[in-house]
Amino acid sequence: MAKFKVNKTYKEINDKIRSGDVVVVTAEEMIDIVKDKGPVGAAKHVDVVTTATFAPMCSSGAFINIGQSVPTIKTSKVWFNNVPAYAGLAAVDCYLGATEPCEDDPLNKVWPGEFNYGGGHVIHDLLAGKKVHLKAKSYGTSCYPNKELEKDVKLADLRQATLCNPRNGYQNYNCAVNLTGKTIYTYMGTLKPKAGNANYSTSGQLSPLFNDPYYKTIGLGTRIFLGGGEGYVTWHGTQHNPSAERTEKGIPKTPAGTIWVMGDIKQMKPEWVVGVSILGYGNSLAVGMGVPIPILNEEMAQFTAVSDEDIPVQIVDYGNDYPNGINKNYGYVTYDELKGGMIRFKGKDTPTVPLSSVSKAREIAEILKKWIKQEKFTLGEPQFTLPVG
Amino acid sequence: MYSKLLILHFSGKEVEKPVVSNLTRYYDLSFNIHKATILPRREGIMVLELSGSKKNFKSGVQYLKDQGVIVKNASQEVTRDEKKCIHCGACTAVCPTHALAIKRPEMFVIFDKKKCSVCELCIRTCLTRAMKIQPISETLFE
Ligand code: SF4
Ligand code: SF4
Repeated sequence: MAKFKVNKTYKEINDKIRSGDVVVVTAEEMIDIVKDKGPVGAAKHVDVVTTATFAPMCSSGAFINIGQSVPTIKTSKVWFNNVPAYAGLAAVDCYLGATEPCEDDPLNKVWPGEFNYGGGHVIHDLLAGKKVHLKAKSYGTSCYPNKELEKDVKLADLRQATLCNPRNGYQNYNCAVNLTGKTIYTYMGTLKPKAGNANYSTSGQLSPLFNDPYYKTIGLGTRIFLGGGEGYVTWHGTQHNPSAERTEKGIPKTPAGTIWVMGDIKQMKPEWVVGVSILGYGNSLAVGMGVPIPILNEEMAQFTAVSDEDIPVQIVDYGNDYPNGINKNYGYVTYDELKGGMIRFKGKDTPTVPLSSVSKAREIAEILKKWIKQEKFTLGEPQFTLPVG
Repeated sequence: MYSKLLILHFSGKEVEKPVVSNLTRYYDLSFNIHKATILPRREGIMVLELSGSKKNFKSGVQYLKDQGVIVKNASQEVTRDEKKCIHCGACTAVCPTHALAIKRPEMFVIFDKKKCSVCELCIRTCLTRAMKIQPISETLFE
């Protein structure tokens, strides 16, 4: 006997996408559909649920092949607009990291540093069609005699540019407060003293891994919206931790799963790949990502009905605990409470501050819906799914 | 002696009140009105230079605020480059006047320039550098 009442295959859903009969809804729309029809009814009706997120993702960067020139060069040091890229790869390959600051940046010498330009900004500028100053150095070999290269390049001049983000889409994250007496500047934003504000970064009920908490449909080969173009999940991300403690519904209570994603930058759009400057912390890149979840059965329908009230977020002190590696939390709030703008913390009303753009995530979920419905964006069936622990 | 160019926004209610002359009477401040205008719907805008001791200046400005007048530094204003804003919300951590605030449930980050006190805190906090400080535009009076 079949385990589920509804059983759909990737092929069946893709056939529906090709014929235009597919039913696609966003993860937010799915909540009410499952409430109305129940999981079985919803699974019969809906084929794909779109999820999305748009937030600073520090673990991002680009593999760039600048193309050969004459005389040939084996680049060993490379800079784009004075931002160094790692060139310890083959002749004209390099990796430009999103958090790499510009070389003449004063960093945190004048505290808190502004970090106005870094690797993420270079990637955005290339996408925006701007000219970027490329400088490369080498020691010279018989096959690659040139020792220096300097020119202005545009994205179109680069032979290849591939976004390769080793850790994106964190399944749950901390809510950050600062229990010290001084303002601090963190990757979770500015935190005022004595828990003056509580910062968080997730798109909650729209976030990809909350909608497939046990990674039953996400893995190597899942086709996604990445930066406005088409990308893929290629591996589990760094720090992927599926064994985090979970709620009854399977939602992890602490940072858990992550995905490794890749995509062709030449297909992307500048509005979905935006360089950011985090005061006192550094540079990063806000990346728009959308993941379609196939509703293979009623279990997936139930998972994708997850709502903000179901998602607990742990409160962590970034003033003293986090920098000292003290693993402690000050209780949980739900994402619904965080999104409301105010939480009760230590008997005090504390304003909440998001870093993840929910309005932009909604836009992405809608775009992906349109792609699937109108532009025949079919689902990539994973070769294997992410490890579950 | 402390002196600053200020922009005062009066809503319909305070426009008639002699709040400005009270600055001299109660706070020993002198003022020099550069421009004054009443907009349709009886909103008033005035640019004036206010001078006196720093302590009196502060009390005077507080008095204006207590009367419901919006007081801004006249030489500069803060604007947002709408194309650059990604509506993340990071700036709302520091904005003291709620000029930058989140509109729910849409989760758009709105910028209400009228509430902005030009404290400049958002400039470096904004993730995308969408907030800018610039000399005030004369267009206010056109
Ligand atoms: S300048 Fe100050 S008051 Fe104005 S928007 Fe920025 S933070 Fe808010
Ligand atoms: S921090 Fe900047 S980009 Fe983010 S919402 Fe505020 S103004 Fe917009």
